[in-house]
Amino acid sequence: MSTVTEKTAPPRAVPTAPARPRGTARVTHPMWFMAPAFAILLVFFFLPTVFNFVYAFTDWSSFKSAINPVGTANFQELASNGTLLRALRITIVYAVLVAFFQNLFGFLLAVLLERDTLINRIVRICFLVPVLMSALAVGYIFQALLKPDGGVNSLIGHGFDYAWLADPTWTIVTVAVIHAWKWMGLSMLIYLAGLKTIPTDIVEAGRIDGASRWTMFWRIRFPLLAPAITFNVSTALLGSMNGFDIVQATTGGGPARTTEILNIFIYRTFGQGLFAQATTMSLVLFLVVALMAFPVISILRKREEIL
Amino acid sequence: MSDARIWRRLQPYAAVLLAAVLIGIPLWLVVATAGKSRGEALQPNLSAPSHWQLFANIKEVWTEGKIPAAFFGSLLVVVPAVLGVLLVGSMAAWILARRGGRVAAALYALAISGIVLPPAVVTLVLWLRQLGLAGSAIGMIGVYMGIYMSTVIFFVTGFVRTIPASLEEAAQIDGAGPVRVFVRVVLPLLRPVLATATILVCLYVWNDVFYAFFVIGGRIDTLPLNLFRVASAGLYLNNWHLIFSYVIVMTLPLLTVFAIAQRRIISGITSGAVK
Repeated sequence: MSTVTEKTAPPRAVPTAPARPRGTARVTHPMWFMAPAFAILLVFFFLPTVFNFVYAFTDWSSFKSAINPVGTANFQELASNGTLLRALRITIVYAVLVAFFQNLFGFLLAVLLERDTLINRIVRICFLVPVLMSALAVGYIFQALLKPDGGVNSLIGHGFDYAWLADPTWTIVTVAVIHAWKWMGLSMLIYLAGLKTIPTDIVEAGRIDGASRWTMFWRIRFPLLAPAITFNVSTALLGSMNGFDIVQATTGGGPARTTEILNIFIYRTFGQGLFAQATTMSLVLFLVVALMAFPVISILRKREEIL
Repeated sequence: MSDARIWRRLQPYAAVLLAAVLIGIPLWLVVATAGKSRGEALQPNLSAPSHWQLFANIKEVWTEGKIPAAFFGSLLVVVPAVLGVLLVGSMAAWILARRGGRVAAALYALAISGIVLPPAVVTLVLWLRQLGLAGSAIGMIGVYMGIYMSTVIFFVTGFVRTIPASLEEAAQIDGAGPVRVFVRVVLPLLRPVLATATILVCLYVWNDVFYAFFVIGGRIDTLPLNLFRVASAGLYLNNWHLIFSYVIVMTLPLLTVFAIAQRRIISGITSGAVK
């Protein structure tokens, strides 16, 4: 999931709550205005999450009508046959690879297309087309492109027939690059916005001090991009933990389940009627994302403060 | 400095070349394959079709692939979900931005937690069954609103905080109640941030297949769900010309909206960051 902007540069110094007596706020900004939003959040988001913590400890399945508590049996079963750690490892590796490639591509594109010329504006729009496309469609496009006798191999050279999507070791990297390809346009936009916020007087000062282009870039402009980096890295990392479409449309979790991220596992076991296992993995996903979200965001924030 | 001048000369060529390779080739594959006959498209490659039959193929998926029904299904859930989440989210965001204190801060943290936390999709299905909403458009709309509420509240709250409260106070002094102030004063001011939020939420909801599969799979068809269901079976098996014709049909609506409003969308996304 990526939500853009505000985090990149928190709105500064506008008084958050105008100082006024409490009684007035109750009249002018009544709490009931929030009721519909929180009711929907409660019913469709928070309650299912709470149930996740309940049903992960039951034997809920499509094969019988009764649902009985079974303690931690689901976790033990998934842990003992190695599925739990395996799916978790694949998900985290996938998320880290996506975050890396998406930011690398987005950053390079932003630097390349920084000047506001007509050509650059048109090229930027081209890179936004994959962002608009369905991830499923992107998956099918690359499934076709990356066949052993497909378009990419024929461009590389005659007789080159590497099976990009059937290599148990490297396919996960290929799929992560496809995911990054789809979203790099959005990262590019945020980096472009970040580059624009850099005050010209700082750049001027650097130039007067005789800093080389290289020094200027890495010592002055790159550190000032920290808020954009924070935003891009955390949304790419945590968003791809919850990924599904691209992996499903390219490999379906294969070869030999080496790209089976948690949501693919959930989708597969749910389809088999093993609801308790699917719920257990769903809870694992929730816990891992929740546990990762706080340190990732706070580490990146801290780095911003130092710089 | 001559370094810089060479780069200035080369940069446009580099930019166009990169776009042609990274975006042009995949998109060419889609259009070329969608224009081929079944036999030619069996092994999808980058060659041009020996004769173009793009419209015949689109016509075939349109009728055989039941696109009108799926298109209607998509509209049925996307439009109410997006309008609903924007309205309800903005109402909450306005109060959250304007009221200080610990309660508002805690509620705000709770409201935006959904930006990173993944929805509990499996228990959601069970819960919707108990509510009698499983497989219904209302259930799907509620689920999308629940998932993207955090995004809207996060965006709009940040934006409201940059608007001076004096504009509202003027209306309050004239005796306008909160509903009137919100509808007449606040909502019009929110237009830029709502435009950005609309396009982002539309992007996710229009293209979603994962949540739709769990909530309305088999009951209501949406465009991505339909593509997903049939791409691996029956009509579409190895029929790459039909798959990519479908992709074109499905992508065109969003692409058209984007082409019309691209300047405003891009500035909406970037200006938020500049503030």
